[in-house]
Amino acid sequence: MGEIHLTGHPASPGLAIGPVAVLTTEVAGRAEKGDPAQEAAALKAAIEGAAAELADLIATVHGEAAEILEFQVAMLGDDALAEGAYEAVAGGTAADEAWRAALEAEISGYRAADEEYFRARAADLVDIRDRVLAGLNGANTISEISGDSIVTGDDISPSTFLAVDWTRGGAIALASGSPSSHVAMLARSRGAPMVVGLGPLPWNGQPPSLALVDGDAGTVIFDPQPETRRLFEHRMAAATAAQIAVDAGRLKPALTADGKRIAVMLNVAAPEELASLDPAICDGIGLVRTEFLFEGSRGLPGEDAQYQVYRRILEWAEERPVTIRTLDAGGDKPIPGVTVDGERNPFLGLRGIRLSLARPEVFRVQLRALCRAAVHGTLKVMLPMVAVPSELDRANAMLGAEFAALSAEGIACARPPLGIMVEVPSAALCADDFDAAFYSIGSNDLTQYTMAAARDIGAVADLNDAGHPAVLALIARTVEAGLKRGVEVSLCGDAAADTRLTNALLATGLTILSVSPIAVARLKAAIAGVTA
Amino acid sequence: MHDANANRAAQSFAPLTASAVLVNPVGLHARPSVKLTQLAKGFTAKIEIALAAEGPWTDAKSPVKVMRVKAPQGATLHFRVNGPDAEAALAAMLALVHDGFGEA
Repeated sequence: MGEIHLTGHPASPGLAIGPVAVLTTEVAGRAEKGDPAQEAAALKAAIEGAAAELADLIATVHGEAAEILEFQVAMLGDDALAEGAYEAVAGGTAADEAWRAALEAEISGYRAADEEYFRARAADLVDIRDRVLAGLNGANTISEISGDSIVTGDDISPSTFLAVDWTRGGAIALASGSPSSHVAMLARSRGAPMVVGLGPLPWNGQPPSLALVDGDAGTVIFDPQPETRRLFEHRMAAATAAQIAVDAGRLKPALTADGKRIAVMLNVAAPEELASLDPAICDGIGLVRTEFLFEGSRGLPGEDAQYQVYRRILEWAEERPVTIRTLDAGGDKPIPGVTVDGERNPFLGLRGIRLSLARPEVFRVQLRALCRAAVHGTLKVMLPMVAVPSELDRANAMLGAEFAALSAEGIACARPPLGIMVEVPSAALCADDFDAAFYSIGSNDLTQYTMAAARDIGAVADLNDAGHPAVLALIARTVEAGLKRGVEVSLCGDAAADTRLTNALLATGLTILSVSPIAVARLKAAIAGVTA
Repeated sequence: MHDANANRAAQSFAPLTASAVLVNPVGLHARPSVKLTQLAKGFTAKIEIALAAEGPWTDAKSPVKVMRVKAPQGATLHFRVNGPDAEAALAAMLALVHDGFGEA
């Protein structure tokens, strides 16, 4: 028999090889049905039994897995879930049929959702449905699956996933499923490779005995030829060695293959993101987004509230430089009470520094909080969406005024250097006209304004290419201006984390890249492969 | 007579309303829904949510119903709260949303 190649979507990275375990869905009917009162009692007992089973299971897991099961417990504990089933039972339907029908209705509501995330919750409802059905029918739903297996089937429930010992190297290959499912999240955190959306699994009766799963490419090979298997095992060995090297490199400074030092910084929002991180993984914080402070409904954050947050971040960094971006509202980040509603084209409207200058009473509070925080570390402040030098000059004057006012009041403060984010092509083209203390390239907006294409509009998303020569030319021009003026240039957009672009970015002369914490190890490994 | 009294009792508390934008990554999904309903159940007031100021309103104490709302990130979540501890309930609910359900 020839090998079978199937292509789906990657849901959890990694490579695995193992015997195939096919998930079976048993549809055992109940032997006998009682009168409506007995059926209602049976359903109630099955629902309570399922909740008790889940509670036992929660006690054996923790973190994300426990939260996923707590969601199921909350749903089971809500009378609204079984309402329709009890009504049908009262009308003479058997408990299992009534429950199945009620849950099918609920599940189809999820499957019809617009958002992938909500569609993926259907798997949790299926899990709930089957656990209660198993209680009603007296069957044990979860068959024993050996942890080194390649688990295949249409979809897999969180309960089934949690019943398998994934430390033994297995993987998941699904005909349908979703990268947003709870199982996909669990698989990523436990390092189990997973591929979804393979389409109908092409065998009748006898399933294949062995499978190779490539969770990076989203492909699965069933019944591989010996040569295919040998090549795959070779790749697995190489990937394992590379992973060990990447993990070891996370705490080390980033160096290119020819020994050039590249600073790797972090992009963060709330200080909570830093709690579990060792500051030694980075050379500082290249971007602190402050929008989270302003979102929500309790009105704008006061000076003290902002100061406390900025101070915590600076203290975490232990004297490493921290670049805090002033409020970047507007565009895709509306903030009630601050941004303008109903702009015809918000990305070309009153956003970023334009909005801060238009709302000086809001901006001044942030500048004061920043001056006060500046005494707790190495703070730099950057302005988003700057298009012309006068915006920087006006902000600089306001910063100076607030610093002077604080000093006059005898409040501990320092004047942080003020730089600009380069994300409007005009700022990149005329970078050396700005009296900026540093430049930080925001590649997301720079790409969208240069290519005139938004990345969240599917029909034009392929035009939104940060690696396009036009975007790289603007980056190079900014780097040149920084060299000429003797100030630092960094890049803090998503392009920094895209390791396919690392070579091209470093070729522009950039020496500082800022990425989300999860991308640090990968970026450092990519930098090590570059000859600058 | 009985109904009239019930109405008067209900009217002694004017419903409070407010709204907040969902800032956490995937909207009012599984974990936030659980947190929201658990918090709501701690109050005696009737607490309802909606995606529009005019409703339709959903019982914020039912995780099944809250999940049916399928509120995405960026959506404005409206609250309508009625009962003796309505003020505290509303403040707590808004704080939870503002805090991104602790997911930042």
